[in-house]
Amino acid sequence: MSDFFSMGGYGLYVWGSYLVAIVCIAGEVILVFNRRRTLMKHLSLIHQSNKQEKINETAS
Amino acid sequence: MAINWFKYSSPASFYFLAGKMIPLFSIAAIVLGAAGLYIGFFVAPTDFQQGEAYRIIFIHVPAAWLSMFLYVIMAIWSGIGLAFNTRLSSMVATAIAPTGAMFTFLALWTGALWGKPMWGTWWVWDARLTSELILLFLYIGFMSLQAAIDDPRRADKAGAMIALVGVVNIPIIYFSVKWWNTLHQGATVSLTQSPKMATTMLTGMLIMSLACWMYAIAVILIRTRAIILERERHTAWVGELQLQGATR
Repeated sequence: MSDFFSMGGYGLYVWGSYLVAIVCIAGEVILVFNRRRTLMKHLSLIHQSNKQEKINETAS
Repeated sequence: MAINWFKYSSPASFYFLAGKMIPLFSIAAIVLGAAGLYIGFFVAPTDFQQGEAYRIIFIHVPAAWLSMFLYVIMAIWSGIGLAFNTRLSSMVATAIAPTGAMFTFLALWTGALWGKPMWGTWWVWDARLTSELILLFLYIGFMSLQAAIDDPRRADKAGAMIALVGVVNIPIIYFSVKWWNTLHQGATVSLTQSPKMATTMLTGMLIMSLACWMYAIAVILIRTRAIILERERHTAWVGELQLQGATR
């Protein structure tokens, strides 16, 4: 198993490449999902405030 | 029955179509990625010249291919958006840029880590490497220009300028190895000649490319949906979406 990680002595370069690849891809996925989550929260806040305004109007 | 080709050009209908497609592309990306990596690391033989270092090819080449393709697709969509004033086309172009920039950086990074053991240097002002670096700056320029302009529609038009002007860089990158013939080797994979790579190596690389494609499509669709919601938040259909609790 250990010679698998040594990659014939090129382990640093091979795993350095794949590690950064995983970090970039995982990073991008996390960022895009974060963007979606905060957006949803923002939209529902807008929606609630609109609903509240309608209630106030009908009440007054 | 006349197909209404423009049905999905409206952000609202595209939003739901993309919502159904994203899981498909994500699963395809994971399955193909696992298969490609398995072939790349366990099936493909050791290279007689480069030993194990060549295994970087399974991420370097897909990333490089994708960095070029995504820029061309981005230029096409922003061109269409500019010409036909279709909001969704420009939204897709805006959604492509970050993924394209990521793959360009990845191509440069993995190339440098491959170059160090094989060429003895992390970086050299080689025609291919330099034009790929310019591609990274074009992506960053596109994103920062769009971010600097408040009105999304004007940002789309400005972005289209960079995308369309910069697209000339793509053939330069592709043919740089032939025209200047500097350090980076020529095109190994071609659709016309017989393959110059061992079959398992080639298969592993092509499967990894497909996996990266599926991943790119999935992420770009997710980002497009986010952009659609951001720009259409005042519309009725987004309001309804909130009523049903936006999970779809």
